Amino acid sequence: MSSALATRPPARAGSVVTEGLAVRALLIGIAVVFLALFLVLPLVTVFIQAFAKGWSAYLAAFTEADARSAIRLTLLTAAIAVPFNLVFGIMASWAIAKFEFRGKNLLVTLIDLPFSVSPVVSGLIYVLVFGAQGLLGPWLLEHDIQIIFAVPGIVLATIFVTFPFVARQLIPLMQEQGTAEEEAALTLGASGWHAFLTVTLPNIRWGLLYSVLLCNARAMGEFGAVSVVSGHIRGLTNTLPLHVEILYNEYNFVASFAVASLLAGLALVTLLVKSLLEWRFSAEIAAGARGH
Amino acid sequence: MSSTPNVRRLSRRRRVLALCAGSVGLVSAGLASALLTSGTAQAQAELLNVSYDPTRELYKEINAAFIEEWKAKTGETVTVRAAHGGSGSQARTVIDGIPADVVTLGIPSDIDAISRLSKKIPADWRTKLPNEGLPYTSTVVFLVRKGNPKGVKDWGDLVKPDVKVITPNPKTSAGGRWNFLAAWGYAYEKEGKSADKANAFVGQLYKQVPVLDTGARGSTVTFAQRGLGDVLPTWENEAYLVFDEFGRDKFDVVVPPTSIYAEPPVALVDANVDKKGTRKQAEAYLQFLYSDKAQAIFAKHHYRPIKREAAKPEHLAQLPELKLFKIEDLQGNWDDIQKKNFDNGGLFDQLSKPPQ
Repeated sequence: MSSALATRPPARAGSVVTEGLAVRALLIGIAVVFLALFLVLPLVTVFIQAFAKGWSAYLAAFTEADARSAIRLTLLTAAIAVPFNLVFGIMASWAIAKFEFRGKNLLVTLIDLPFSVSPVVSGLIYVLVFGAQGLLGPWLLEHDIQIIFAVPGIVLATIFVTFPFVARQLIPLMQEQGTAEEEAALTLGASGWHAFLTVTLPNIRWGLLYSVLLCNARAMGEFGAVSVVSGHIRGLTNTLPLHVEILYNEYNFVASFAVASLLAGLALVTLLVKSLLEWRFSAEIAAGARGH
Repeated sequence: MSSTPNVRRLSRRRRVLALCAGSVGLVSAGLASALLTSGTAQAQAELLNVSYDPTRELYKEINAAFIEEWKAKTGETVTVRAAHGGSGSQARTVIDGIPADVVTLGIPSDIDAISRLSKKIPADWRTKLPNEGLPYTSTVVFLVRKGNPKGVKDWGDLVKPDVKVITPNPKTSAGGRWNFLAAWGYAYEKEGKSADKANAFVGQLYKQVPVLDTGARGSTVTFAQRGLGDVLPTWENEAYLVFDEFGRDKFDVVVPPTSIYAEPPVALVDANVDKKGTRKQAEAYLQFLYSDKAQAIFAKHHYRPIKREAAKPEHLAQLPELKLFKIEDLQGNWDDIQKKNFDNGGLFDQLSKPPQ
């Protein structure tokens, strides 16, 4: 590695870009056109379609009973799934980043699993476990507990799909920060809990907030896994993304895109808040990243 | 970081504690409201009708009419909820435990499947309601682009070399199965009752299908909204719905000389209504489908009512006369029809296998 660097002509080390102006313009142009076609245009289309018949038609999409119930269910699902993943994500990354133990790699792999598994499978595993024909089906039936095709199943599927968001964000951050500060706190007589609250948590708070934002966006937007366990009962088990599909299939395009614009708006707000955080607290985040 | 004053640390700690308390509060609030919603659901009679794909608009009107009539008759306010999807996948959700009180599906074999795999519906469900559980029937007609540029008049025209056909997957969709069986029945009669020639005809037809959606509504959107294909063989009611919804200047409905007698049956899910205590309301709901009021609504939505006298003449006039054949007369009982054509390794699987 070092010998390869040494043989490089020293003159080239200074200039970062060696391509000509035309090549640069071409590459930037391709990137911009690509972004416009695949990101900006579809996003703009959502809003254009949503407002195709004016404000009143747009607002009517949200006053309808089924839409309200979908909004309520989506908020409820996120309100359960996000705090759950917050607590367990912190616990998992704390254990992984600050301690050495057997099976650590296995744990990391397990946390990553929902990222690599298709959402349809994430939904189906719950049908196979909790469905009437599933592993626990007969027992649940006997005790009159409805998991899938009801709110608990939707929450479970959402938690599963969004599980890696908090842990994946925190593990590298915590690992980079190392254990020196915690060790110092413990040496000075702090209890483990005290050290966690006063040393670890403040160090990771911006990363934590960021991951919660992402986790929330995905929890509200998840389609595949939730679609499998929902049963699509109107006014009862339809979340916002499922409601968008139903409206679209009923040729109700304005309402469909209006609800879609709500989800797109959520994503935009998430990005905005994230950028604001990065801009406002950039110094502190950098300090946190440098650590000591 | 280590130089941060103690005061700052304390306030941070307080913030962190608040964060923890907040999240715990959110969790418990969420759980509480989840419990509450399931609690209120039991206080009032609530029916769930698990139905197939194209009946969305139909049951919106039927349900409202039933709620009104039930209120007038008994004073009780009943809620009727609906879930729609491909008939086969809807049957699957009932098998997997969705608490459906009644099923109104697209083809008898889907109710047979629920009965066989979950025992929630008795095997003799056909005998429980009038007309073998069929409050209405339907058939398959063609939706084509305005002016019928490919000249599609009959089933035989679907295999013309330049014609692209849009039809749903027979594995998941009842409409897809009726299309399959209608094409088969047409070729069987045409080719002097040769099953081999009928198989070959259907095989050729499915080679000209660019997209297999999971439900009839998915195929409609593919054809009408995305503009794919030249002809959409579909439920009569679905064809006229598109005709009315997207404007008559974009499409034409072509009624072939012969088509299939399509039987979308309804049934009570015995095990579920007994568990939920909704048998009375669910039975009344199914009986209501045979009432004059419901029969008139069927005709209005381009379904074929079994009591024609209950329907308005202008609605009956929209149901064209054509020769309808019953697939049972050609292929035997429904167990055989389902097994031979659509189960794993059946005719559809053999035909859709890529050439070796």
